[in-house]
Amino acid sequence: MADDAHHGHDESFLRKYIFSTDHKVIGIQYALGALVFLLFGFTLVMLMRWSMANPNQAVPFIGGFLETLFGEDAQGGVITPQLYNSFGAMHGTIMVFLGIVPLAVGAFGNYVVPLQIGAVDMAFPKLNMASVWVYFVGGVVMFSSFFIPGGPAKSGWTSYAPLAVIDAASAGQTFWLVGMIFLITSSLLGAVNFLVTIIQLRAPGMTWMRLPFFVWAQFISSFLLLLAFPPLEAAGVMQLMDRVAGTSFFMPTGLVVSGEAYSAVGGGSPILWQHLFWFLAHPEVYVLILPALGIVAEIIANNSRKPLWGYRSMVYSVIFLGFMSFIVWAHHMFLTDMGVIISAFFQTTTMIISIPSVIIITALIISLWGGSIRFNTPMLFALAFLPMFGIGGLTGLPLGLSGSDIPLHDTYYVIGHFHYVVAPGTIFAMFAGIYFWFPKITGRKMNEFLGKLHFYPSFIFMNGIFFPMLIQGIAGVSRRLYDGGEYYEFSESILQLNTVMTHSAFGLLLAQIPFIINFVWTIFRKTREGEGTRNPWDATTIEWTDADSPPMGHGNFAVVPQVYRAAYEYSVPGSDKDFTPQSEPDSK
Amino acid sequence: MLELFHSWGLPIDASEHGHAIDGLLVWIHWIMLVLFVGWGLVFTYILIRFRQKKNPTADYTGVKSHASSYLEVSVAVLEILLLVFISLPIWATRVQGFPEDDASALQIRVVAEQFAWNFHYSGSDGILGATRPGLIVAGENPVGLDIKGDPHAADDIVRSKLLLPVDRNVIVRLVSKDVIHCFSVPTLRVKQDVIPGSVIPQWFRAVKVHDGFVGCAQLCGLGHYKMKSDLSVVSPEEFDAWYETTSAQAAAVAASAEDEDEW
Repeated sequence: MADDAHHGHDESFLRKYIFSTDHKVIGIQYALGALVFLLFGFTLVMLMRWSMANPNQAVPFIGGFLETLFGEDAQGGVITPQLYNSFGAMHGTIMVFLGIVPLAVGAFGNYVVPLQIGAVDMAFPKLNMASVWVYFVGGVVMFSSFFIPGGPAKSGWTSYAPLAVIDAASAGQTFWLVGMIFLITSSLLGAVNFLVTIIQLRAPGMTWMRLPFFVWAQFISSFLLLLAFPPLEAAGVMQLMDRVAGTSFFMPTGLVVSGEAYSAVGGGSPILWQHLFWFLAHPEVYVLILPALGIVAEIIANNSRKPLWGYRSMVYSVIFLGFMSFIVWAHHMFLTDMGVIISAFFQTTTMIISIPSVIIITALIISLWGGSIRFNTPMLFALAFLPMFGIGGLTGLPLGLSGSDIPLHDTYYVIGHFHYVVAPGTIFAMFAGIYFWFPKITGRKMNEFLGKLHFYPSFIFMNGIFFPMLIQGIAGVSRRLYDGGEYYEFSESILQLNTVMTHSAFGLLLAQIPFIINFVWTIFRKTREGEGTRNPWDATTIEWTDADSPPMGHGNFAVVPQVYRAAYEYSVPGSDKDFTPQSEPDSK
Repeated sequence: MLELFHSWGLPIDASEHGHAIDGLLVWIHWIMLVLFVGWGLVFTYILIRFRQKKNPTADYTGVKSHASSYLEVSVAVLEILLLVFISLPIWATRVQGFPEDDASALQIRVVAEQFAWNFHYSGSDGILGATRPGLIVAGENPVGLDIKGDPHAADDIVRSKLLLPVDRNVIVRLVSKDVIHCFSVPTLRVKQDVIPGSVIPQWFRAVKVHDGFVGCAQLCGLGHYKMKSDLSVVSPEEFDAWYETTSAQAAAVAASAEDEDEW
């Protein structure tokens, strides 16, 4: 490995790759874990999608395997309502808490932030290692719940009480809560670390307004994690107590479950759980989006060869977004018997929070004007992010106004809306980031042809999955229906969309094959002649200009860079090249 | 736009208040469409006009005008207009506009359970009988009606299908026996969570005779996907005839049960 050259003493394999305190190794650990979980979460939803289009039928090819794994819950290879609800709850949980957040923050944040600000490592390397290991334990707890009697959690990723509490037949929900407590702890450790690192460890000259936008995005995300997660951690412990210790924080008096009086003490409030849950889960949405916006901004500036337009207003917008994201949570709860004043408040804050998002997206589009645009794979994913996130954002409007929320609430319109934000939105940005920083990590660019073979079909199939959801939502198809709406006797054309989405999901799975091949092949292939330059994209930020590709082991920089200018000084008039690195001294 | 939504399967609107909701839906989607197409056209033009082959040297400054600020301000203004003039009034009528002084309003207690709806009408005496959780017997007495203890209970109607008269205000009081459900009647543009421990009122007025359904929109367990009841909105004459007959039958059954007990 290249870092051996810089590093005198030998480290054991275990120290170097497993119990490492190097932010780069930890970033890679997060990335591999998150990618595996993303694929796993996708597999779950593939099975659910297939079952919704073909309810009560044996799953082809792997039905027998499912029956071996899940026994009665997959009797005859059929996905039962039991298994469907489990997969649904775990799909959401895995995608959000074990997939995207670890990838966006744990992986990209860890790997890129210290390099971009000129730090030798994160501020607390051991805390960083603790964070990834607590994440690992959380993942193991969640994963193992698939194999306990009764299976994993079945009450949605939102785990609403009383449903989540009365399901005493299986320990799945208990596993879910314990797993969540680990995952939350992991995020908190990471968030503290990012904040201190970004505040304290910036290289000389790296003023706040010279920070790459990606660092700003991570900075605000960390604030959100730090401030929003503790209420859910407390709530998680309370719900755990409701399940195992006979308390009733979220359990009202006088429940009669399946004809039997429920024996809890009562006096609790199911709505309290919803408030605590969404107090986290809405800021969490921005934790999913902001790093994606950061990645897209880096790639657009680099590949349009010009500075970001309106960098300052983007920074102020992202700060404002972060602040506002704490006071919009109850727009998820318009139908929980909300009065005029409270609903007016949350509708107003929800409309206000759309404005900084509009400003950022507009600034990114305007940044392209006058550029000299290179259409490489990372740029394609970054560009596709914009209209996809646009649809995701716009479809939030009718949901954010309580009047139009009435027909759309809890329908597939909601599912379509947030998937447009997170799947062809955030996940595309994640792919863009992987293609973009891959040469930083390995010294080798991924293959462009395979990259495009990954991009174009993914773009088509993503829309093939999620646009029909908006149509089903208008038609009033509720979310979380095991049979995809068959019992409700929705019209043939509405039910037919389930098949369209299933085929698209399968297409999307196939479209990931070139990516997986490209990913693995590029890791193991030899570095070609002329490859392995530090800065293959001709970028300006210091992770490219002042660190090797791949960077040296502990320490990152042979010489800690001095920063002289803003992050995106591309095509500066009078310069002999079309990029002026942040660390290049003024010639005058 | 509304025609498009109906062709996508948007249910008919058979309620008095629904046109405001549909109107809001249509307005927002027009704005969304205009914004998306506008942005999309500019975006596509930029990608073609400023591709590397066409424009080998980037312009450091880029856009100098601040036209985009006007766009941002106009988006904000549109949102405020929709909020203040359409959405807030809708919500005010939904949660504060109850026809309280309408003595003829039909009052129904709706009891949700895994995975069924029970509709409890007050019967000819117009007073809902008392209910107790301890008296609940699945299949026989799903809402725990206290027929022996409360004289008003005898003529009450409890059934699993919702029958409503057209052109008459209806107030439903939503309760749940076990978990959170969501009372969803698409054709009446009504959707409201049913939360155990709370009694949540809703009101509406059907203006079209039609058949629809009452669905559950909130995940409530394994049978969530089939928690659906039939809804029929019928003429006032038909409704009254059914109401009186069924109520009388219920009273008769209650009376005969009491006789048996005395034996």
